[in-house]
Amino acid sequence: MRAALQLSEAGLKTAVLSKVFPTRSHTVAAQGGVSASLGNSEEDHWHWHMYDTVKGSDWLGDQDAIEFMCREAPKVVTELEHFGMPFDRNADGTIYQRPFGGHMSNFGEKPVRRACAAADRTGHAMLHALYQRNVRANTHFFVEWMALDLIRDADGNVQGVIAMEMETSEIVVFQAKATLFATGGAGRIYASSTNAFINTGDGLGMAARAGIPLEDMEFWQFHPTGVAGAGVLITEGVRGEGGILRNSAGERFMERYAPNAKDLASRDVVSRAMVTEINEGRGCGPNKDHVLLDITHLDPEVIMSKLPGIREISIKFAGVDPIKAPIPVVPTCHYQMGGIPTNYHGEVVVGGKPVTGFYAAGECACASVHGANRLGTNSLLDLLVFGKSSANSMIDFIKQQPLELPELATSDVERSVARVERLNKQTNGVAVNDARTAMQRTMQAHCGVFRFKDMLAQGVEKILEVEKMVQQTEISDKSSVFNMARIEALELENLIEVAKATMISANARTESRGAHVRDDAPDTAETPNGRDDANWLKHTLWSRDGNRLEYKPVNMQPLTVDTIALKTRSY
Amino acid sequence: MTTETVKFRIYRYDPDKDAKPYMQDISVELDSTDRKLLDALTKLKVKDDTITFRRSCREGVCGSDAMNINGKNGLACLTDFRDLKQPIELRPLPGLPVVRDLIVDMTQFFKQYHSIKPYVINDTPPPERERLQSPEDREELNGLYECILCACCSTSCPSFWWNPDKFVGPAGLLAAYRFIADTRDTAINERLDNLEDPYRLFRCHTIMNCVDVCPKGLNPTKAIGKIKDLMVKRAV
Repeated sequence: MRAALQLSEAGLKTAVLSKVFPTRSHTVAAQGGVSASLGNSEEDHWHWHMYDTVKGSDWLGDQDAIEFMCREAPKVVTELEHFGMPFDRNADGTIYQRPFGGHMSNFGEKPVRRACAAADRTGHAMLHALYQRNVRANTHFFVEWMALDLIRDADGNVQGVIAMEMETSEIVVFQAKATLFATGGAGRIYASSTNAFINTGDGLGMAARAGIPLEDMEFWQFHPTGVAGAGVLITEGVRGEGGILRNSAGERFMERYAPNAKDLASRDVVSRAMVTEINEGRGCGPNKDHVLLDITHLDPEVIMSKLPGIREISIKFAGVDPIKAPIPVVPTCHYQMGGIPTNYHGEVVVGGKPVTGFYAAGECACASVHGANRLGTNSLLDLLVFGKSSANSMIDFIKQQPLELPELATSDVERSVARVERLNKQTNGVAVNDARTAMQRTMQAHCGVFRFKDMLAQGVEKILEVEKMVQQTEISDKSSVFNMARIEALELENLIEVAKATMISANARTESRGAHVRDDAPDTAETPNGRDDANWLKHTLWSRDGNRLEYKPVNMQPLTVDTIALKTRSY
Repeated sequence: MTTETVKFRIYRYDPDKDAKPYMQDISVELDSTDRKLLDALTKLKVKDDTITFRRSCREGVCGSDAMNINGKNGLACLTDFRDLKQPIELRPLPGLPVVRDLIVDMTQFFKQYHSIKPYVINDTPPPERERLQSPEDREELNGLYECILCACCSTSCPSFWWNPDKFVGPAGLLAAYRFIADTRDTAINERLDNLEDPYRLFRCHTIMNCVDVCPKGLNPTKAIGKIKDLMVKRAV
């Protein structure tokens, strides 16, 4: 949406294809904030933001991209305000900022207020503001169209996508001089996820089928506070406003795991602490299977003004009014750190070279700014910064192109049509729900918060079995009108690519780093917390063809400042 | 795990094969972890994959799964099915053309939303930093900006049913006031002119169905009242 705005305002003819009406995309569910070192409440600096992001990434993030993002942050957040974003305000009229996990001042010293917020509805306010600005800019939206496949010509250059209009099932070629994927994450590969139904990794599936490798797919963020049982997200902003995690003894257990940052340590650290508490029998509830997020000590006025959406979610999905009683929470799959490999210009990069005409931004892309673990609020920032930078790259590229579009080969289209045809003709097949459930259970059991050598190896075998089920899915709905059964089957073909990439990449990485933590990675002086920089300070690249794995180095060289040197990570 | 059988009556229409719509009686086994109507619909779809509805976030912020539930508009993902009388009768949102089953064509609804120019208008060059706004001025936007465009309100409004092409409807008017009330917006007069017409604003007869059904607890009638006040003030 940010990219579309940049393109439309530059006077380019811009088509946005979306499976849902644009304000229904999952950005709408982001709650806590968008980070920028505005320093509205206390001193802050982009360099400190950069340090926090590199540390949060467990040094797997590329430092050129991270510097770019953190330096651009104040500019793009200010622009968003100018676009009409209804940020909360400080008494002096500036944008309200709250503390968040892993946001520290002065290179990790103490928490700082960096998360710019609109109550606990920041994503909703942002998505609507960007849509509204796009309405003003006359962006052309193709609403309820599902992209099926990427079109690459004989030279590998990207020429657009093949897409299906959901209302009519008509398949159409969208030829374009430049194509951007902003297709979001694929959290639905897991059984328990904060993600929406639509988060099925369509961009990743299309890229993988078109021969583009996927980067760092073993790294998935489990958000500490999903509502137990329901999976619905409770923002870290709750802890930013003073919320505390407690175990069955009522103990504030994060003091033991992160003496400095406590409840505001990085998400991977908090999630592991919670699972450890539960595994050691200090979980809450009759099944001792969750912990409690306590805000009963906060002023009800603060809850009503700063966390109204959370109160609503808690009442609706946990049956608890957080003013009176703590919220039952459990770590829940939330965010995909990996994705389509790009540079900080938003260009998709394969084999060290940009793929002509192809760009990606947001959760589906891997720039890589999040590395092995994303900091809260850096996802909304990622959208703004890389949405804009990729659009600027597209504008420059399009200016150099001839006016006429090249002729397309029919074989490009046939691949998509064949997939739909296979599905329509399948008999004695597998129900979509059965295949999807098998995939989600396998991912949850074999590739969760803590990972085990044997389970991962079995997981690889199992997920390849599930893939065979996905190749034989059958639907009984054959209608051409808004056939959601068909859409779900096509989505599953994308999800399974992501699931394979995740399991195979995770099985191969025999260290612990950020969100990827294995039982067989020893904690030694050379490999603190199991992190093995000598062998594993590198990005994974998984290719669909033969499930091939390759690696590329992490870019440790920022654009203008010194490298943030490797260090043991503690909060 | 304890299970229970829940009965439904669902509006079905597939223009590909049905000459006209009909109501389908169907039941589904639900277990104790299922709470919401959307959980039930998801299981119904496993049983019969032709049952068609929109859904996405399943937490009441995307606005996809609005439908008519036992005669009242609401979001399936926020409605507890155990609170509903059975058979639970599900119909598409009233007053808009049905595409298929519980899916309606929302073109007219969004056309009205777009007609109020739903974006901040301010032609003065923006400052280096954010435009300042006091917490009190920002407070004015609460209860307005949270709209999720689910259309529960507009499709429960008789005035919108009769004149969907002329009456902006509660959702669009709530959005109109959201921009009028924003101190950063400089186009109040233009916005009021845009609503100065026998239909666009004044077809609201304060029936207040919109307030009754809004899943986010917003109050379009109040916002409409404020626009009418501004019209009157401007006239005198």
